[in-house]
Amino acid sequence: MSKPAPKTYLAPGHRGCAGCCDALAAKFMLMGTGPNTIVVNPTGCLEVMTTPFPESAWKVPWIHSLFENGGAVASGVEAALKALGRKEGIKVIGVGGDGSTMDIGIRSLSGAFERGHDITYVCVDNEAYMNTGIQRSSGTPFDASTTTSPPGKISFGNPRPKKNMPAIMVAHGSPYVATTSIGYPRDMIKKVKKATEIEGPAYIHAHAPCPTGWGFDGSKTIEMAKLAVETCLWPMYEMENGELTQVKKVKNPKPVEEYLRAQKRFKHLFTMDGGDEEIKKIQATADWNIEFYGLQ
Amino acid sequence: MTVNVADKDKMVVVEGSYAVAHAAKVCRPNVISAYPITPQTHIVEDLSQFIADGEIPNCEYINVESEFSAISALVGSSAVGARSYSATTSQGLLLMHEVLFNASGMRLPIIMTVANRAVGAPINIWNDHQDSISQRDTGWLQLHAEDPQESADMLPQIFKVAEDKDVLLPGMACMDGFILSHVYEPVVLLEQDLTDEFLPAYDPEYVLDPANPMSFGAFAAPDTYEEFRFMQEKAMQAALPKIEAAAKEFGEIYGRFHGGLIDEYLTDDAEVIVMSMGSILGTVKDVVDEYRARGEKIGVLKVRSFRPFPKEQIRKAIKDAAAVVVLDKNISIGLNEGALFTETKSCMYNSRCDIPIIGYTIGHGGRDVPRESVAKIIEEAKKVASSGITVESQFLDVKEELL
Repeated sequence: MSKPAPKTYLAPGHRGCAGCCDALAAKFMLMGTGPNTIVVNPTGCLEVMTTPFPESAWKVPWIHSLFENGGAVASGVEAALKALGRKEGIKVIGVGGDGSTMDIGIRSLSGAFERGHDITYVCVDNEAYMNTGIQRSSGTPFDASTTTSPPGKISFGNPRPKKNMPAIMVAHGSPYVATTSIGYPRDMIKKVKKATEIEGPAYIHAHAPCPTGWGFDGSKTIEMAKLAVETCLWPMYEMENGELTQVKKVKNPKPVEEYLRAQKRFKHLFTMDGGDEEIKKIQATADWNIEFYGLQ
Repeated sequence: MTVNVADKDKMVVVEGSYAVAHAAKVCRPNVISAYPITPQTHIVEDLSQFIADGEIPNCEYINVESEFSAISALVGSSAVGARSYSATTSQGLLLMHEVLFNASGMRLPIIMTVANRAVGAPINIWNDHQDSISQRDTGWLQLHAEDPQESADMLPQIFKVAEDKDVLLPGMACMDGFILSHVYEPVVLLEQDLTDEFLPAYDPEYVLDPANPMSFGAFAAPDTYEEFRFMQEKAMQAALPKIEAAAKEFGEIYGRFHGGLIDEYLTDDAEVIVMSMGSILGTVKDVVDEYRARGEKIGVLKVRSFRPFPKEQIRKAIKDAAAVVVLDKNISIGLNEGALFTETKSCMYNSRCDIPIIGYTIGHGGRDVPRESVAKIIEEAKKVASSGITVESQFLDVKEELL
């Protein structure tokens, strides 16, 4: 029998969709941090669905300020705890989506990491602006259809690959940067715990399939997350002080087609002329990941 | 200003920015965030030296990467329960705009010094009030100082008002950029013991603390949002008497009084009253002294609190004048009026008093306003007193040859 799951501090009864990735991510994150935690949560689905005033799903102290300032607010929380002599044993953790982390909030997060605050930041990456209705972000993968990157007569959808945000955080000199996935709760819990125990700014990038935004049934969230890892489109690794120290091996990678076919956002690749060539390009990304991160 | 005669021995000649940084220090801040922008920078430089010398106990100084983060970091620190301070101006204050609403909505008593400066384009680093006036509706207390001493003395006062449990609003202590921030003149540096007596430690009821988890900044739907706005307005109204009380108590402890919500200079019998905010008041008072020496009844109304706006006090101060002229270092483009003028007219409209009020927008981008210009304005107001308004609001000294 496996060990019982750690206690979490996100109450059920929030307003997330069935199979919501943010709810799973927040739950696992808090399993990793424990109760002595202050959460800083920039604007997004997670904030909206967990705190319809006067209700709150958060059993730990939580603050939402704005979309683009999570890193700075977390910096201020950490600095205040230090100044007031209350930092000992308290973990400061930021949690935001790909938009608030990789796009609009990157300046603030960059500043927080450069300054070396003792915080952990978790990016819950569902690869588009889901809260506003599935618009493209810099986390949206190549060829994905979103409401602002639709396929059309002369387009296969999003024309650019995902921004490599973990590499950017490594470049800040972060002592601990890890990728994880909500499809692997124990991995995520373990990495969050490790990140919060390391002194300094640590970064976790959690891949998080969104049933509503990606177009799959809400019962398949975990399955979809695992498929991303099993096709090597989402490599899971740890980097400590700039060095790759751990990689989740994928013995027999599945073809990316299996992952793409299961989601409406890639449906056009299977119906449009030239779609096969596009799928080959996506397979090349997976192959590059296998090679670069040594996934096999 | 009421001056304590004993102050003369305590005065030292320092830069206005130093006096303010020193005042911030003795207020015992716990978190200071800093980002350079002219003409505010000397304040945070002086504070960084205090930090480097270990002169501010229990304080973290954060060199942020933008003004947006300067104020955002203080949202976090204030929510934890730290007394939080920053200073900015102009483009920096505009960059903070979104966060200003947020800090007020969350009822976080952050204090900022604003070294008022023009905003671009065209880029201009000199003084006017367009920056802070543009933040009028953000839910921040906004006080304006007349000289470096008041700029320093304002800090413990505004901290005290902002942190009052009936108020809990952030506040801007405004001082004119360069004119006050960079001038060297004799001031009394605020005494630590007096400041400790005047300003108790910040002891908020609601903080981020794992021992008692609370959610800050929740999502409010139409069924609850309006009440948050109502409560902010109520807090602003509660601040009105607290600003008066803080100024009075400050006077009792330190021996200096710069006015409460407003300050009146020779207004009692004045036929013409000149109203304004900030350092221009010094020049205006000098000119008014000349008029008085000639037996002409001119008075000056200094508005110290722009938010909350002291309607009652202004009504009472100007109601018996024959004409009022309002000088604004800002303009609402498209209305051709400065904000103090518009709001003064507005607060008189439903009163039973119907005195003519005219406005001048002056000193844009640091344009000098010499005594002769002030005299010209007073002459125009005198004409209004006798024969009514011809031009309601105008620029003071547009150079036709440049148009």
